[in-house]
Amino acid sequence: MTSRSTSPFAPGQIAIHLALAAGAVFMLLPFWLMIRAALTPEAEIFSGNMLTLGTVTLDNFRRVFAEVPIIRYYLNGIFVVVAIFLGQIVICVPAAYALARLHFAGRELSLWIVLGALMIPYQVTAIPVYVILAQFGLIDTRSALILPFVANAFGVFLLRQFFLAIPGSVFEAARLDGAGAFHMLFSVVLPMARPALVTFGIFSFVSHWNDYFWPSFVLRSDAAATIPFGIVRFLDAELGSDYGPQMAAATLAVLPLLAGFLLAQRQFINGIAMSAGQVE
Amino acid sequence: MTPDGKTTAKARGAPEVTLTGLGKTYRGASRPTFADLSLICPAGRITVIVGPSGCGKTTLLRCVCGLESTSAGSIRFGEREVTTVDAERRGVAMVFQNYALYPDKTVAGNIGFPLRMARLPKAEIGRRVAAAARLVRIEDYLERRPAELSGGQRQRVGIARAIVRGPDVLMMDEPLSNLDTKLRAEMRAELGALQRQIGATTIYVTHDQTEALTLADHLVVMRGGVIEQEGNPEDVFLRPRNTFVADFMGRMNLIEGTSGEGRLTTEEGDEAKLTGYPAGHRVVLGFRPEEVTLGSAVEGGLTVTAPIGRRELLGTEVLVTLRLGERPLRVRVPVGTPLGEDITISVPPKHLHFFGEDGQRIEFAV
Repeated sequence: MTSRSTSPFAPGQIAIHLALAAGAVFMLLPFWLMIRAALTPEAEIFSGNMLTLGTVTLDNFRRVFAEVPIIRYYLNGIFVVVAIFLGQIVICVPAAYALARLHFAGRELSLWIVLGALMIPYQVTAIPVYVILAQFGLIDTRSALILPFVANAFGVFLLRQFFLAIPGSVFEAARLDGAGAFHMLFSVVLPMARPALVTFGIFSFVSHWNDYFWPSFVLRSDAAATIPFGIVRFLDAELGSDYGPQMAAATLAVLPLLAGFLLAQRQFINGIAMSAGQVE
Repeated sequence: MTPDGKTTAKARGAPEVTLTGLGKTYRGASRPTFADLSLICPAGRITVIVGPSGCGKTTLLRCVCGLESTSAGSIRFGEREVTTVDAERRGVAMVFQNYALYPDKTVAGNIGFPLRMARLPKAEIGRRVAAAARLVRIEDYLERRPAELSGGQRQRVGIARAIVRGPDVLMMDEPLSNLDTKLRAEMRAELGALQRQIGATTIYVTHDQTEALTLADHLVVMRGGVIEQEGNPEDVFLRPRNTFVADFMGRMNLIEGTSGEGRLTTEEGDEAKLTGYPAGHRVVLGFRPEEVTLGSAVEGGLTVTAPIGRRELLGTEVLVTLRLGERPLRVRVPVGTPLGEDITISVPPKHLHFFGEDGQRIEFAV
């Protein structure tokens, strides 16, 4: 293995970096076009040179803030993803712990049901869920965006695998140390699950922040709208082909995730790796 | 804890642990792990339960501390009947083979956890954690997490967590088995000293006979869910009650045969010189590899002359395997002993053990 060579100028290294650079350009170009269009005056967007910045203006952003209730979308979005995640902790951690470590009749069956639920895309159950929500009068409310997701089969399964990787004697030690059911859950299991919860949390935040299908299904007005749904409504209604403000709105939509990614890159990558089935 | 502030088992007087007619059958198992087992673990002392893997020793320990339910019999700590008391209320502390530390908590958090569960005030917890950490010499690592510690340090944390409450009854489930040899010897000595200091009634499970002999005040040898022998470790070692104990504690050489006039004849017809014992008995004769002398016996006893098979250097001694017919006999001789093709060894009567055909010990009036 000569490629163990540490020289950055070895031919193999150069080839690898060229390939990676090409990939990076391919991935980043759409983002660049979005940001460029958002910062360019309306008239100059299609004026030839697509790759470099011409006149820089914040007018597009001003129009978005003036014409679209984007602050409300943000607040709705934050409220919804936080509420979903808290609900998921409350439901998934005890369920996963029970499936991993408690002995009860029907444990195997419960696990198979969870695995089964994991295999059904949620679009399949969308209509029954819609009917239930409608009967409770929850259509077009934020509850409709939150409730269907708090019990998450993926979360239960991920956390169960995590708990299985921890030796059973740790939980036995906690019992001998005097921890009853309540303390077992809140003083031992929950703090222990933090690495798995960070990972799952990132996964949950990203998918629900970006979700468009479900809001478009259960919302009528933009009172409870989250960013993707709100912005699409706005594109349709107000700014049919105004690409500048459209791209400004799109930039605002991805901004929190982008900032989050830059701040917590390592956890993000762990999260993606973990959702591919590896725990730690 | 206690109103008079006495926080060690020694000060309060640790209880005797009494098991009476204890039975355990796992659900779906055809045979009980053990049945009708009775044992008294003396107050404030170390009872070591030793046996090959699968003998039920760990299950027994788990029943005593409440992690497993029992199918029959009773468990008492002193006067207190605890057979059906939940593990978290039994007040037993345990040291685990794989340490069982809380991975997300610091060393201080791990040691202090039982006190937090007992709702002690913060200042008191801090004081006691520091004291326990000092006792096992990990006071410099209180802010580390278990993953940042070596195996030996982790087990020290496990021990500190077990003793921090000042438990009356302490369980140790092969606490040293995951450590390397040198560390194991060190920790073994420390554990013994520590136990005498805190004075908890301790039940210690191991499969290691050295650990069992060095640590035990009361030694229990188990096999297949049955107590084969119990007692003072010296008695168990010097007078094994049957061939299993003889083999397990100290790897005795065992020769089956019939005693004749001045000789022992094995089933295959090989002979060894044996003087001073009545003739006409079918016996199993046992002696330990360490207890042989080179050359013929002077005052009775056993003399064997046989060809040498393997030689293994142990350090200051060589372990030589002789072949009496097909039967291997292990003897230890000093390094540098001239060894030819054949060797003559002898065992004085005080080091010879006799067992009947049923494997039970026989005493001959010599």
